Amino acid sequence: MELVVASGIGLLFAAGTYLLLRGRTFTVVIGLTMLAYGVNALLFAMGRLHTDMPPVLSLDLPAYADPLPQALVLTAIVIAFGMTAFVVVLILRSFLEVGSDHVDGSEPVDPGSPRSYPDGSPRPPIKSASRGAAGGRS
Amino acid sequence: MNHWLVVPVILPALVAGILILALRHDILLQRITSIASTVACLGVGIGLLVQAAGGIVEVYELGNWPAPFGIVFVLDRLSALMLVLIGTLALFVILYAINGWDRRGRHFHALFQFQLMGLNGAFLTGDLFNLFVWFEVLLLASYGLMLHGSGAARLKAGTHYVIINLTGSTLFLVGVALIYGVTGTLNMADLAVKIPAVPVEDQAILQAGGVILLLVFGVKAALVPLHFWLPTTYSATSPPIAALFTIMTKVGAYAIIRFYTLAFGADAGEASWLAGPWLLPLALLTVVVGMVGALACRSLRWLVAFVVVGSIGVILVGVAVFEERAMAGALYYLVHSTLASASLFLLAELIAERRGQDGDSLTLKPMPAQGDLMSGLFFLSAIAVAGLPPLSGFIGKLLILDGVRDSGHAALIWATILITSLLLIVALARAGSLVFWKCRIAEATRESRELAGRSYPVLPIVVVAGLIGSSVALTVFAGPAMTYLEAASDQLFRPTDYIATVLGPQPVLDPEPTLAASPEAAP
Repeated sequence: MELVVASGIGLLFAAGTYLLLRGRTFTVVIGLTMLAYGVNALLFAMGRLHTDMPPVLSLDLPAYADPLPQALVLTAIVIAFGMTAFVVVLILRSFLEVGSDHVDGSEPVDPGSPRSYPDGSPRPPIKSASRGAAGGRS
Repeated sequence: MNHWLVVPVILPALVAGILILALRHDILLQRITSIASTVACLGVGIGLLVQAAGGIVEVYELGNWPAPFGIVFVLDRLSALMLVLIGTLALFVILYAINGWDRRGRHFHALFQFQLMGLNGAFLTGDLFNLFVWFEVLLLASYGLMLHGSGAARLKAGTHYVIINLTGSTLFLVGVALIYGVTGTLNMADLAVKIPAVPVEDQAILQAGGVILLLVFGVKAALVPLHFWLPTTYSATSPPIAALFTIMTKVGAYAIIRFYTLAFGADAGEASWLAGPWLLPLALLTVVVGMVGALACRSLRWLVAFVVVGSIGVILVGVAVFEERAMAGALYYLVHSTLASASLFLLAELIAERRGQDGDSLTLKPMPAQGDLMSGLFFLSAIAVAGLPPLSGFIGKLLILDGVRDSGHAALIWATILITSLLLIVALARAGSLVFWKCRIAEATRESRELAGRSYPVLPIVVVAGLIGSSVALTVFAGPAMTYLEAASDQLFRPTDYIATVLGPQPVLDPEPTLAASPEAAP
């Protein structure tokens, strides 16, 4: 079980780190979520891995599972959820106002970029039609 | 149990709720409530400072759960100092913001109160995981404040700021998990007791956790190479918020001071002074990057942002040698640099406003309106920030230089701080002479005549003068301040009292046989 959990955490961290370094804000957010999952599993595993043990101290039972990491994970999940919700709204707003979902706020011009035309010329930045609507809320 | 300890957290939380629910339509009532709450926080902070000055560590057990099972708030000299500092700064900032900045977006005052709550909580808590929670509270409020007023540049910088801090929070949890995995506790005083007993085979995990936490606090403190978010963020956000955020980097510095003197201090066995070897070179590099960056800036606010990076470097140099006198100097410089860089941020906006279109950029323009007053304030602010006598920056740098004399790296530290101080003086002199002297050769335009004829509100100028005045006060009362700070530093390096107050008397760490006096309190 240790091997599966450890490699699972490693995989989540690897995928999260890779996505975090991508150029589009949406993949970055997915990467952050992956990292949050990885860290939740890590926190949980730090209370040691047990099966069939109650998470409360009981005199009838010889051993118990550590309940504190479970409480920590619960807090971490709630915070990560709230932060993800916030950052999704933020990048959406940023995309509408800045006109690009690239993390630098402007479109790259290298020919390999999926956002450029096949002949290598950059696509024009997205002049969002809904800017008026978004601006009205500020 | 002293219930005043929890007031700096409860009060802003309640006020923020009232501001959102009941007063969101009335800006005048919002302002009055928000200022009253800030003043009350400052008052309570001063009260707690007077209490803590006596040297007694106070502990508040939330929900009456004894440590290490419940979360505790702990008040010692350092946390009391930080409470007063944030109270003072917040009062100045809110007085500046009511001049119009608070109307450029919604819920400014509520977010401001939540920000205060998060900062106060982070300074009071005695639990590592609870510190994480307070970091999240203050960050979430800071995201809202940073984006206050909106605009494309601010959103772009805000996205970077939020994503970097979210990554930092994830790493914080990794560090917490590793440390919990080998020690089984997250109470900082309990960690101080358990870490010396960590077996050799677990040392690698423990120290990895400790260094990951240093990375997280480094992100908050803008330690090079984790500083890239700071200049963009601080120059893109609104000036009062940039001024308030000068305390945010100090939260990182506070966390480093607290955690690495308490949990990884002299008694931590193999892991003692874990942060030192990493922190010193990075702190020196931070000073260099900050001051050289200041030299290269093309606008006033970028200049101030790099000054903030440089000053956090100076503080952390004082911290990194982990010696008592250097730490006292670093704390003095921490107080000074927070107030001085805040004054410069606010002043930069006042000057930009009086120079008209694009007034923030360091290009040749006609004399700003109210030129004499502005140049006088800039001169004083620049003296304070650069560390020239007679203002407090000079005393702070002198104390740090004096404090590191006995460490092995004195020559390197002296050279770095003195040379970079010169660079900063050049940078500030260049900016000042361009804005206030060279402008005499630029012909007055219609815009500059119109700006000169306009009348300007007095309150923002009073606030800036007040912040500079606090630097003067810090100079005049340097004696009493240093007595307090040396005692605070002494408390940090001898955490026996702290640990004993939180956990009850400790047989191992207590050199004096006090066990017999209170056997029932021992665990």
